[in-house]
Amino acid sequence: MNKKNIENIIALSEEMRWQIGDDFHDNLAESIYADASKIVEDVVTKDYQKSKFRLDAKIDKIVTSRIWGFPIMLFILGMILWLTIIGANYPSSMLATLLLDNIHPVLKMVGANIGFPWWLNGFLFDGVYLSVAWVIAVMLPPMAIFFPLFTLLEDFGYLPRVAFNMDSLLKKSGAHGKQALTMSMGFGCNAAGVVATRIIDSPRERLIAIITNNFSLCNGRWPTQILLATIFIGAVVPESYSSFASLSAVIGIAVLGIFFMFFFSWALSQTVLKGEVSTFNLELPPYRPPLFWKTIYTSLIDRTLIVLWRAIVFAAPAGAVIWLISNVYIGNESIASWTVHSLDGFGFLLGLNGVILLAYIVAIPANEIVIPTILMLTVMVTGIQGGEGNGVMFELSSVTATAEILKAGGWSLLTAVNVMLFSLLHNPCSTTIYTIYKETNSVKWTLVASILPVIAGFIITFLVAQIWRILI
Amino acid sequence: MMKNKTKRACDTCTHFNADGLKKLGVKTNDFDFVVALAGNPNTGKSTVFNALTGLRQHTGNWPGKTVARAEGAFEYNKQKYKLVDLPGTYSLLSTSEDEEVARDFILFGKPSVTVITVDASRLERNLNLVLQILEITNVAVLCLNLMDEAERNNITIDTRTLAKDLGIPVVPTSARFQKGIPELIQTISELANGKIKCKPHKIKNIPQNIEKSVQELSRKIEDEYPNISNSRWIAFRLLEGDAQIIEALRTGKIADNE
Repeated sequence: MNKKNIENIIALSEEMRWQIGDDFHDNLAESIYADASKIVEDVVTKDYQKSKFRLDAKIDKIVTSRIWGFPIMLFILGMILWLTIIGANYPSSMLATLLLDNIHPVLKMVGANIGFPWWLNGFLFDGVYLSVAWVIAVMLPPMAIFFPLFTLLEDFGYLPRVAFNMDSLLKKSGAHGKQALTMSMGFGCNAAGVVATRIIDSPRERLIAIITNNFSLCNGRWPTQILLATIFIGAVVPESYSSFASLSAVIGIAVLGIFFMFFFSWALSQTVLKGEVSTFNLELPPYRPPLFWKTIYTSLIDRTLIVLWRAIVFAAPAGAVIWLISNVYIGNESIASWTVHSLDGFGFLLGLNGVILLAYIVAIPANEIVIPTILMLTVMVTGIQGGEGNGVMFELSSVTATAEILKAGGWSLLTAVNVMLFSLLHNPCSTTIYTIYKETNSVKWTLVASILPVIAGFIITFLVAQIWRILI
Repeated sequence: MMKNKTKRACDTCTHFNADGLKKLGVKTNDFDFVVALAGNPNTGKSTVFNALTGLRQHTGNWPGKTVARAEGAFEYNKQKYKLVDLPGTYSLLSTSEDEEVARDFILFGKPSVTVITVDASRLERNLNLVLQILEITNVAVLCLNLMDEAERNNITIDTRTLAKDLGIPVVPTSARFQKGIPELIQTISELANGKIKCKPHKIKNIPQNIEKSVQELSRKIEDEYPNISNSRWIAFRLLEGDAQIIEALRTGKIADNE
């Protein structure tokens, strides 16, 4: 090859481009389409007589209609949640009995017998083991139900319809229509949702999708919502309506999250991430009957176990930290109780308390250990009987017992509502933060994505607490 | 790894050597051939990928799910094939990120064989991408996937005529149900070993003045790079003013490994 000749070719092509004019791209595309239609004409035959009735089109007409689109979406979300809540109860309590009531005492006894000092025994089995066991008991059953259901829906072809329904709203918020898909993924796991934003081409819109993904209530936070709604919201209405009321409260929080997602997408696109909304093509694929067992199997292996493993990896050190801060004393007070007391004042302003704030700091690695941490710290601070001692994370066999501890810790309906709100609006877990950093490669945007929701949470809980105290 | 208990007709026939097939999952080191898997979004590329490699890459019924390049491998008749699952695109003409990933791999990755997966029930729309790929590469097979859906929609396709028109082998499949996969593997291996020769369709119906320019440029490119097979496509890109291709032409990257 000769460098000069190459330059000549390039120069020639530039000259030709001027001669041909702007039509080149269109001409080429037209030629391709002409060829394609010529080939298809000779090759494809379609029996129109037989295919008058199009089931896909009929279904689409309903699930993407202006009137029915959103109610159907909410109904499907409600059904999945309801099946998850109802279905997860029994296996959860069985796992809790096995791991916490049966295996834990045996481990402690073995530890004592082979001569572990009390602190090592406590650190390993009351700290690390218990938090891991809690995460498995609380998380595995709902995930094993939620993920396969979600995957079945995905296989069926419903997700693009969700994107279709939400497109105009997202466009008005200045975000990309495909954000509906990444938002849906976030309902399972925010880290997965952040990775899924790669389907969005425009860097501006992708950043919006990444920053707002945390407003999708993730799998680690569903159990917190469900438990608190059951204890506090379900209790204010007559018994026969209580499960309906708690389910509505949980769905309400999820919908509120979607609202915040829209709001912050809009706010970001009006300020720091200004720009045009890009257009895109979204094919509504045909509905396909999911391969039921295969889907169940792969979603269990690929999603459930991976997310569970991640939770365990992060829960183990968190359990160790909880045990340590509760058992290391400075003067007369453990580090935990000292922190709780100093956070109490700020907590009160937000309608929360010091225990809750400390629990959220400790639980940055994994959202799913928030409730057990709160219970453990509450027992320690109030000094009531019920737990197994300082810094021992535990699970209570019945919801009533949990309710009693929380009420002894000074919880009211306001506290519960604000914890539910704060659980929606706080920093992403450390895995998600790390994922955001890897995807954006920017410390600045990682910080924004981590801090923005916390500030929102502070403002909202503060407002709710003040208004509540004035009105009630 | 995945041994079928009952052998189907295809597995036992002499044409397809079932015992010679090993799904290697992610073990992609020291391979004999590289196979690229291209196609429109949501045509079942990931399902075909899984069927060939025995991997369980996440599949789902929505376009755009494969965001990065996935790689896997299989062994057939003692030859190792590395399979690269490209993101689904509608075209290679405009430049979004996923189109660039797909195009760059077919162009610079120099796959031994390119498998183009299409949706049989939406053939006309899918052919847009197929015809563009055939301008770039000479060794390709059309995987006519989702045949079950086409049948359900009462669509019949004359695969022989299609193969003749496109100038490449056509294999009808229903990857979700493992149908047609043995034939696809056999075809890939015959293409890789040069037992089947392709004579791909080149875009016709181009206005006279453009065709003349393309021919002139293409001849000059071939003078400089005698072994190049897609000079016509490079000419198209030059006329479009594609900065990346101009650069590749300057550095000679365009002709590497030829």
